[in-house]
Amino acid sequence: MSPQHDHCGAGGGALSTANVGLTRFAVVGSPNSGKTTLFNALTGLHAKTGNYPGVTVARYEGRTRLGEHGTVVVEDLPGTYSLDPISPDEQIVVDVLDTDHQNTRVDVPDAMLVTLNATTLRRSLGLLAQLQQTGLPICVVLTFTDDLSRRGGRLDIPAFTRALGVPVVTVVAGHRDGLADLRHVMARFDSWTSPVVPPPTDPAEVSAWVDSVLESSGYRLPAVDTRTHRIDSVVLHPVLGTAIFLLTMFVFFQTIFTVAAPLQDSVETFFGWLGGVVADHVHIGWLSAFLSQAVIGGVGSVLVFVPQIALLFLLIALLEGTGYLARAAFLMDRVMARAGLEGRAFVALLSSFACAIPGIMATRSLPSARDRLATMMGAPLMTCSARLPVYILLVSLLLPSDARFGLFNARGVVMFALYFFGALSAMAAAAVFKKLTARSGPMLPFYMEMPPYQVPRLKTVAAEVWTAASAFLRKVTSIILATTMVLWVLLNLPLRGEAEMAAAGVDTTDDAAVAAYVIDHSYAASVGRAVEPVFEPLGFDWRINIGILSSLAAREVFVATLGQVAAAENPEEPAQALREMTVQDGPQAGRTLFDAPTIAALLVFFMYALQCMSTVAVLRRESGSWKWPAIAFSYMFALAWAMAWLAKTVVGALV
Amino acid sequence: MSSVSDRMRQREFRADAAGTPRITLAHLQRGQRARVVGYGEGIEDSAARRLFDLGLSPGIEVEMVRRAPLRDPVIYRVGDYEIALRREQSTAIHVDRVR
Repeated sequence: MSPQHDHCGAGGGALSTANVGLTRFAVVGSPNSGKTTLFNALTGLHAKTGNYPGVTVARYEGRTRLGEHGTVVVEDLPGTYSLDPISPDEQIVVDVLDTDHQNTRVDVPDAMLVTLNATTLRRSLGLLAQLQQTGLPICVVLTFTDDLSRRGGRLDIPAFTRALGVPVVTVVAGHRDGLADLRHVMARFDSWTSPVVPPPTDPAEVSAWVDSVLESSGYRLPAVDTRTHRIDSVVLHPVLGTAIFLLTMFVFFQTIFTVAAPLQDSVETFFGWLGGVVADHVHIGWLSAFLSQAVIGGVGSVLVFVPQIALLFLLIALLEGTGYLARAAFLMDRVMARAGLEGRAFVALLSSFACAIPGIMATRSLPSARDRLATMMGAPLMTCSARLPVYILLVSLLLPSDARFGLFNARGVVMFALYFFGALSAMAAAAVFKKLTARSGPMLPFYMEMPPYQVPRLKTVAAEVWTAASAFLRKVTSIILATTMVLWVLLNLPLRGEAEMAAAGVDTTDDAAVAAYVIDHSYAASVGRAVEPVFEPLGFDWRINIGILSSLAAREVFVATLGQVAAAENPEEPAQALREMTVQDGPQAGRTLFDAPTIAALLVFFMYALQCMSTVAVLRRESGSWKWPAIAFSYMFALAWAMAWLAKTVVGALV
Repeated sequence: MSSVSDRMRQREFRADAAGTPRITLAHLQRGQRARVVGYGEGIEDSAARRLFDLGLSPGIEVEMVRRAPLRDPVIYRVGDYEIALRREQSTAIHVDRVR
């Protein structure tokens, strides 16, 4: 598997316009054939990502220089086992390569570089036979020949070249010589040889052709990889393997939360400091507040997640590069099957504990488009790190720190329940969506290649982390930034003159009182009051409503908004102010705002609601349309409302 | 000329309807080997073609390597590489034992 390049969806389809007129090479091969490594070696970190028009499959292309022969474009096609496609990304390979296929959506390459893994030649030659049917010039790039000789296999490359009738270049990852040879061969692509008679397509004849090619090139099957075999006997052992799996997951979480935390803190501190500097040096009141709160605060609230996302992708790239991820998916397959999904979906849900964004991006490793959508629809229900501050605030309002349920700390039990039910709901949602979409598309057979263990390639890992982090920055910053700016404006407008405030009895020298008055009479407050009919049954008042609306930008903003509102009432003891806050108007006026039923409703609401525009944006990017984010937002909101109402009613009856 | 993918889609595998009751890949115990004979009748055509493209072609020797701790899926060595299949797939692959 190489999910980073097989299914990535980033950005629009505008990238080929810059590369018009250049010779195009398509890198084609099955998963685990060293395709992505070759692509990265050729293009460095200069690959551009985009989407193929109309589908969710990402497109990777980059330029490479062929010495004095100028610059050419190299395109990394999704990994495929066949030109008989069963998934959207395999369909792309057909659309790009099949020149007879009436498809004008994509540029047809001028030539193909076909990566063949020397240790899995028997299977790979079947794909080569199909590719030769397209009539495009082909150069075979033979990879993993070092593995072949290490494992006692053998291949006479000159004889192999003669048998195939096309140029063959050996490129071993990490060695420059092969790459130089390849560039040399690529420069002369118009004089590449091709066999007089292309290989057959009939299944029985293909098998015979493969046999004859392998026999005439003295192919000796590599021995079982003893290293992989030994590692697997421990890592996939029924007892030991399960223990190692759980330990790996534990370390995975610990790393994401503990290693990322100080990095996140320093990002936060930096933006706090920057905001302070701006506040000190910009003396136009509204501009200063706008820059420090909306622009810098907004950018900062996104950048805080960059360490976590980079780290998560680093860990996943390492697990992937070693080959352990395939094993983890293998171990979890049966569990995931209960939700109608497969092992690989587990990785995506796992990532969503940190943040739904990398989780949704990780669904790229799923070959089935249906599984991918189902997983994306469930992933935002996993308890992400942005829910944590909201949960902590609300649980601390709900229960004193020494409250106990039996032996356990009550706060801990509630937190665990929130995580547990979040995960359970995510699985259930994925199962429901899998069922609902069951009629579209054929049943994909389940198969998962178990690649030999390897030392991960630094360049591949770096490319993956870089692609993930930069795509996140580019695409999401714009949305979050825009949202925070709009919110700030809504919370601070219309502007109130001092005379008006004085007339309303506000002490204009008291910043907190001014802030409270402005917020109370802001457009946001009007909006908060306007949506009151929706949230009133849940016990929320306009202040909570503003919090909920502002948390659409990012869930933590809820804490910040309530903090702002509370600080306006009692700057010394905002926490106390929250506890003592009462409903201001309506039939329930005078009731303590944050009573147990309301807090329970809020907790459950945040457990289900898709209060995160970044997630919506990523859903849009990864699914290729607004349809799925709209569905996700609607169903999660409906679920959140209904479950919150249920929680309020149940807790109300108990208290 | 029809396109390559169309021709690939037209490939047919006659269902293995041998008179003698066959065993399937799912019958193999750890370490046992067998030779693929064909695909069962219940399997979808596209799935059969994919199994063929994955190297699970008639005549190839397959060894059962290990089961997942929860019994399913199962890893098989197919010729020169290892692949995990769920029971749904392995029961559709008819084999003859190799001793």
